[in-house]
Amino acid sequence: MKSLEELAAIRERMRGKVVLREGSGDIRVVVGMATCGIAAGARPVLNAFVEGVNKEGLTDKVTVSQTGCIGVCQYEPVVEVFEAGKDKVTYVKMTPEKAAKVIEKHLKGGEVVSQYTIAAAVE
Amino acid sequence: MKELSLNILDIAQNSVKAGATLINIDLTETDETLEIAIKDNGCGMTQEQVRSVMDPFFTTRTTRNVGLGVPLLKMEAEQTGGSVSIDSSAGADDHGTVIKALFYKNHIDFIPLGDIVSTVAALIQGAPDIDWVFTHKKGESSVELDTAEIRTVLGDDVRLDEYEVIKWIEEYLRDGYDSFT
Repeated sequence: MKSLEELAAIRERMRGKVVLREGSGDIRVVVGMATCGIAAGARPVLNAFVEGVNKEGLTDKVTVSQTGCIGVCQYEPVVEVFEAGKDKVTYVKMTPEKAAKVIEKHLKGGEVVSQYTIAAAVE
Repeated sequence: MKELSLNILDIAQNSVKAGATLINIDLTETDETLEIAIKDNGCGMTQEQVRSVMDPFFTTRTTRNVGLGVPLLKMEAEQTGGSVSIDSSAGADDHGTVIKALFYKNHIDFIPLGDIVSTVAALIQGAPDIDWVFTHKKGESSVELDTAEIRTVLGDDVRLDEYEVIKWIEEYLRDGYDSFT
C-alpha cells in the first residue's frame, strides 16, 4: 500500500531538484485534450509522453502539458512541440508508439519526425 | 467514447476552464446503477447556457468552454435508461456547477467505466494547482483521494505534476482498487 511516508520521501528528493529546474524547460510538448482529442485516444498519448520524457531523463528540458481543441479535430490526437527560436511542429494522428519515436528522434535528437507532421498528412 | 472515464476526463476539463479551484469527482455505484457527479466552484452558467450545453446543435460556436462533451455524456447515459442533470449558478458569491449522470449498468448499451485511474492522473497532471477530490463508493468499498492532503505532505516547493508525484497518485489509487469489490 502506498503510504504518505513515501510521499514525504519524494518531497525530500524533489526539493534539491527544484532549484536546478528554474529557467529550464526549453521544449514544450502540448497534447490536445478536448472532446475530439480524448475520443481519438489522446489520454494514452499524453501518458506515453509523460512516461517517455521521464524515462529518457528529459524532464529538465521538456515539459508536457495539455490544451483544449487545436482546431483540426479530424487529425486528433494532435501534439504540438514548441521550442524557442524554432517553428512550431504539429504532429497528428498520434499513438503511444509514434510518441515514443518523437521522444527519441525529436525531443532527444533534435530531428523532426516529418512523416507524422500535419504537413505530411495534408499532402 | 469507449470508456466513461474518458467522458469524465472531458467533462472535468470544462470545470478547469471555468476557473474552478476545487473539483469533486464522485462515483457512486450500486449493483444496478453508476452515478457520476462532477462538481466545481467555477464561474457557473446561466440557465440559458445550461440548456444550450445539453444541445449538440447549439453549442460549438456560441458557448464558450463547452463543446460536444455534455451531449455525448447525456446520450451515453440515456441509452442505458439513465439521465443527466446540470445544476449551475453564476452568482457573484455563489457560483459553480454540478453535473450528474446516472447509468444503468446492466443495460446492454452501458459503456464500461474503464481506466479511471489514468483519467484522475491526467486531470491532476493537466491542472496541478486545482484541489481535486475523487471518491468512488460501492457498498462497503471506497477509493478516495484528496490532493489537499497530498499538498500538505509535499509542502509548497514540490508540484503535483512532478512525475514521481503523479506516479505515486496512480499507484495509490490502483492499490485502493485492489480491495474494491
